[in-house]
Amino acid sequence: MYQLDAVHVSFGGVEALAPTSLSIAKGETLVLLGPSGSGKSTLLRCLIGLSPYDGTIRLDGAPVRDWRAVRRRLGYVIQEGGLFPHLSARGNVVLAAREFGWETSRIEARVMELAQLVGLDDEQLARFPAQLSGGQRQRVAMMRALMLGPDALLLDEPLSALDPVTRLRLAGELRDIFARLGMTVVMVTHSLREARFFGGRAILMRDGRIVQQGPVAELESAPADEFVAEFLAAESAL
Amino acid sequence: MNGRGILVPGPSGTPPNPPSSIPGVAKRSGWWMLCALLLLAIPTLSHAKPVTIGSKKFTESVILAEMARLALEQAKIPAQHRRELGGSRILYDAVEAGDISAYPEYTGTLRFEILADRKLPDDAALGSVLARRGLALSRPLGFSDGYALAIRADTARRYGIARLSDLARHPELTVAVSNEFVDRADGWRALSAAYGLGAIKVRGIDHDLAYRALSGGQIDVTDVYTTDAEIAAYDLVVLKDDRAFFPRYDAAFLYRRDLDPRAVAVLNGLAGRLDEAKMRELNRKVRIDGMSETDAAREALGLAAQAGQEDSRWRRLLDRTREHFALVAVALGLALVIALPLGIASARLPRLGSLVLPLTGLLQTIPSLALFVMLIPLLGIGAAPTIAALFLYSLLPIVRNTHAGLTGIAPPLLDSAEALGLSRRTRLLRIELPLALPTILAGVRTAAVIAVGLATLGAIIGAGGYGQPILTGIRLANNGLILEGAVPAAVFALVIEGAFHLFERAITPRGLRPSARR
Repeated sequence: MYQLDAVHVSFGGVEALAPTSLSIAKGETLVLLGPSGSGKSTLLRCLIGLSPYDGTIRLDGAPVRDWRAVRRRLGYVIQEGGLFPHLSARGNVVLAAREFGWETSRIEARVMELAQLVGLDDEQLARFPAQLSGGQRQRVAMMRALMLGPDALLLDEPLSALDPVTRLRLAGELRDIFARLGMTVVMVTHSLREARFFGGRAILMRDGRIVQQGPVAELESAPADEFVAEFLAAESAL
Repeated sequence: MNGRGILVPGPSGTPPNPPSSIPGVAKRSGWWMLCALLLLAIPTLSHAKPVTIGSKKFTESVILAEMARLALEQAKIPAQHRRELGGSRILYDAVEAGDISAYPEYTGTLRFEILADRKLPDDAALGSVLARRGLALSRPLGFSDGYALAIRADTARRYGIARLSDLARHPELTVAVSNEFVDRADGWRALSAAYGLGAIKVRGIDHDLAYRALSGGQIDVTDVYTTDAEIAAYDLVVLKDDRAFFPRYDAAFLYRRDLDPRAVAVLNGLAGRLDEAKMRELNRKVRIDGMSETDAAREALGLAAQAGQEDSRWRRLLDRTREHFALVAVALGLALVIALPLGIASARLPRLGSLVLPLTGLLQTIPSLALFVMLIPLLGIGAAPTIAALFLYSLLPIVRNTHAGLTGIAPPLLDSAEALGLSRRTRLLRIELPLALPTILAGVRTAAVIAVGLATLGAIIGAGGYGQPILTGIRLANNGLILEGAVPAAVFALVIEGAFHLFERAITPRGLRPSARR
């Protein structure tokens, strides 16, 4: 689905992402792993055009020039959900559909469908973000990201701000949802256990570079260098 | 240059129709309605075309202008009085510019202050100089308000002094004159030379203290203006200027030559109605007995005083509230129309912001009094320059808070909005402005409260409002009058605070209110 060719990001001379080439297959689950500042969030932001970059990103073969035009095919969820506090949960969810001129009946049907998928009821959807729990906020954020029926979901540490019980439950639900929808998923996390849980291909990054990629089990059994070994060991120990 | 012309709606006076029939423009109809509201507010600020009489900011001038207004109304000529506009220069400029049609002036003031550079030899030379400027003086009212020396009536009797030349025979008298009079070239030195008063020792004294010193017997002679209320109040005698040393300050109306001849006839009809003693008496009644200028003017014209003073106090309060509200509302409305887009643009374009924000800050540092007076040459007197000044002072809080509100939005929210594929317009209208709204409203509220306070200064350039009684109160040292303006102004500011509080509550999105948190 994605084809990255020498994608490169630097802010004022500081390299946030070294020239990176990468392809992401349709339906693939890709986990971006690494310590803070390793460039994994920057790479994810490139995938939805939020970060300026040099190089080429192709979506289904075509180089992306106008990101706004392709964003309706992409869903984006960040750590605390990034919900707009002045809109109700439902207001957050329907914003993009309204922008793209969906009819009310179609919007209503889609909201019901998604509410069922993530397990929220009407009463919860009527609340404002400040009146929802952390887990509920992430469910609303998922609904918002899925509203237009995107081809890919881009998630930036979607579970990090949650307590362990909620995190476990939501992680399970997300894995089910990904499997059911069969969509491309790129998820940033710093947790090896999350990476293991969601499976698929993992990319380990450090200082803006990809250090090693492959199934998590492969990273664990054959770390490419001392950093990978140390990172995996530290992640497993704590 | 009559700047008010810009604001006066045409004869039809209709605001532009909102182009609501065009769907794409329908959303803009909010702006049109705002503009229409502003246009509606303006007629309360500038009236049709009655004869406008101005007055300077001292009692005598107000009484004389009030006499002119009453006399014109007696002659069925619509007239209005714009009170206490300021000093001689402001009034002269206003009549020359056509902001007012006439005002009471003194021949000496014209010769020695306003037209001093022409070095006119006598009052007769004034006429032709004024004519070339489109102005003329009415026939003299009958008194001169110039320099003179005064002495207590009992002292005058005791020493048999009635004329200035009598002073030469009494070098034992204690003479204290105002510091200004000691120093002036045509002051004490020239006077003493003209009357041979060299043997008299003279001291300087503050003019206001001089009357008290005189009545207390510490001094015997001081300089006065010939129609000072205190002359009547303290039972003083003005010494006759028997050698015609002092220049005449004959009072008359300075009017525009394009004034309706019937009105000119009325002003000339006031000639000889007053003399120094009568004017002094009127000044005393207003300044010391607390009579209104209007009643004093009625008395001078031989008209019956009108009853119902108490009723008219509420009427006055209502009028001033309307004037004050209109000043603040129009200025704030205009400021919103300009400052809001400016704040948005400044937030969007940091380079523009780094220019606009310091500039609006700079405007704020101009002393308010200076700004009001600086705007007179551009916009005349009255509501227009006041609104312009209030508008300029309102820019900073609104621009700054709009900028701060928009740039203070958490980056993850901006990212989320962009990631959703929303257009810039939707992002601004549905996400960014609502999130910045509480901050923006706080700025508008600050601007409104500042404007309510500053609008009181508008009275010094004839804008009316709550500043009018404050100004009059200061002139008459009447605390009651000062409070009559200051209290409503303070209450008005509080009401605005409160109204904005409610308004903020009503339009702040529910999710942003503190009560939304649980």
